[in-house]
Amino acid sequence: MITLTNIEKVYRTSTIETLALNNINLHIGQGEFASIMGPSGCGKSTLLNIIGLLDAPSKGGISVGGQPVTSYSDQELARLRNQRLGFIFQSFHLINDLSVLDNVEIPLLYRKQISGTQRRQMAQEALERVGLSNRVKHFPKQLSGGQKQRVAIARAIVGRPEIILADEPTGNLDSVMGNEILSILQGLNTDGATIVMVTHDEAMAKKTHRLIRLFDGTMVGDTTLTLC
Amino acid sequence: MLTNYIKIAWKVLLRHPFYTFITLFGISLTLTVLMVLTSFIDHIIGSHYPETNRDRSLYIEKMALRDSSRTSQNTGPMSFKFLTQYAKSLKTPEKVTITSFFRTSNAYAGSQKIKLNTKYTDAAFWEVMNFTFLEGKPYNDQNIRNGELVAVITDDFRRQYFSDLSEPVVGKDIEVESVHYKVIGVVKGSPPTRFFSYADIYFPYTVPKSNYEQDDIMGGYVAVILAKKASDRKAIQDEFQDKIRRIPLPGNRNGFKYAMLEVGCAPYLESVLSIFMEGGPQVKVIFYSVIAFLMLMLMGLPAINLVNVNVSRIMERSSEIGIRKAFGAPIRTLLMQFIVENIFITFIGGSIALLLTLITIYFINNSGWIAYADLTINLNVFLVSIGVCLIFGLLSGVAPALRMSKLSIVEALKS
Repeated sequence: MITLTNIEKVYRTSTIETLALNNINLHIGQGEFASIMGPSGCGKSTLLNIIGLLDAPSKGGISVGGQPVTSYSDQELARLRNQRLGFIFQSFHLINDLSVLDNVEIPLLYRKQISGTQRRQMAQEALERVGLSNRVKHFPKQLSGGQKQRVAIARAIVGRPEIILADEPTGNLDSVMGNEILSILQGLNTDGATIVMVTHDEAMAKKTHRLIRLFDGTMVGDTTLTLC
Repeated sequence: MLTNYIKIAWKVLLRHPFYTFITLFGISLTLTVLMVLTSFIDHIIGSHYPETNRDRSLYIEKMALRDSSRTSQNTGPMSFKFLTQYAKSLKTPEKVTITSFFRTSNAYAGSQKIKLNTKYTDAAFWEVMNFTFLEGKPYNDQNIRNGELVAVITDDFRRQYFSDLSEPVVGKDIEVESVHYKVIGVVKGSPPTRFFSYADIYFPYTVPKSNYEQDDIMGGYVAVILAKKASDRKAIQDEFQDKIRRIPLPGNRNGFKYAMLEVGCAPYLESVLSIFMEGGPQVKVIFYSVIAFLMLMLMGLPAINLVNVNVSRIMERSSEIGIRKAFGAPIRTLLMQFIVENIFITFIGGSIALLLTLITIYFINNSGWIAYADLTINLNVFLVSIGVCLIFGLLSGVAPALRMSKLSIVEALKS
């Protein structure tokens, strides 16, 4: 589904050059639930951003569904993200000025073929899926951390993307809420979504199908896990 | 999508009330100045009382006689005789009036001196102009042919000259420059900014001191031609120029030998501008360019200020920008969002400005600063004001939106 070949990411300032990712080769297959682990600063989020086409690698190639996308324009990448990818962030990144429903609708705003009524209906359905159909008119500030992350998940899945990328989705939540979010993700995966999740939590990672370990920008482990 | 943008713009406004106050204060003050200016320009060049037919009128207000080397020239209004021969005789127009420009004069109400402006006109003047008669009626061709000493006065002059305003003044006597005239009508006055209709007293051209019999091609008269419809004006201009071309040249006027005789027959704005500047129909382009430049300058400086405010406001929203981009918002759509938001805010400022403009023009109209001032917010002014709001919104919104749209997603999400 997504293939990364010889990926390198270098951050340059006028005085210093930092190698954030070094020679990463990775294939994420359809229907997988993969987790990426490693110590802080090892390049987990950078890798996830590159997989999610949010950032460009300094070297190497990316293909999505067998199609190389490295030479895609900003507009083509935007369309690809909109159609095929969904994102969940540690700090939720909800827009406080918009209601829960309006927040969830955001990815659909950039799909011209979807009408306002359809948009609302799809957003309602996504919120039902995460158990927040009674909060549509609330604003993010009126929600708990767990509820906010569920809204963020609803936003990520509303456009029915094939791949969901989650950057420490449970990082700001307590263990109960964290488990709740993970079980929602597992449910989505069971329904066919491919999920790549960055996490610090070994226990969470072990509940996924595959564990990719990074250290100092290099992939040091790639294990297929057997679920208990 | 538009609702989504507007909802956000509204929320952003409510988020920092002081910031919002400063922004809206700047926008509304700037737009008020521009709207008042637009209203004033409309007052000067629009079709308003009593010159409500300007859009289908042509004006002959100046003649230029030049020698062959174009080193000397005589410029000024024309004689009554010239205009009768070349303007009054035109076949295409509905009406042609010949009138003097206003001349200063004095009258005495008891011991009190009243400075006033007088105008000599023909009877067609009252048909070409749309004066409202508060009393009596205009003089007609019969009054003129008989050389009757009659006058039409304005309500303002009536107030100054007659102490008892409870009685009608038609039929009463007024004395101007030692000549007695009978008041035949009272009109609602015209503002002094409307040169072709403004005066305090209107006399038939056959009264003393009008110089209508002056045997010269130049003099103190101008003509206003009323076309049956606006589209006839080109044909009238052609007919008039055809007549002018037949004037034998070279000529001699009081010892000045002229080889060229130029006399225009132009729409109002072009005609009035040509009093102050040479250049034919191009003067209109120059005039509008100067006005546009002034307006841009007036808008540009506050817009630059607003750009800075907007940049910091937009950067506060980098997380939102990151999210929208991550979920597939193309740069062009984001640019549009922030421009729409800015235009929305500008239109709120515009609505406040409209209110302030109404208050300002109410005070101008009632201050006596311009007699009979009738500044308004009519459809033209309103449409120009909307245009000004749009330009201001674009000027102050594009730069911050461009800067924001170039922000990388990862950077935007980090901040």
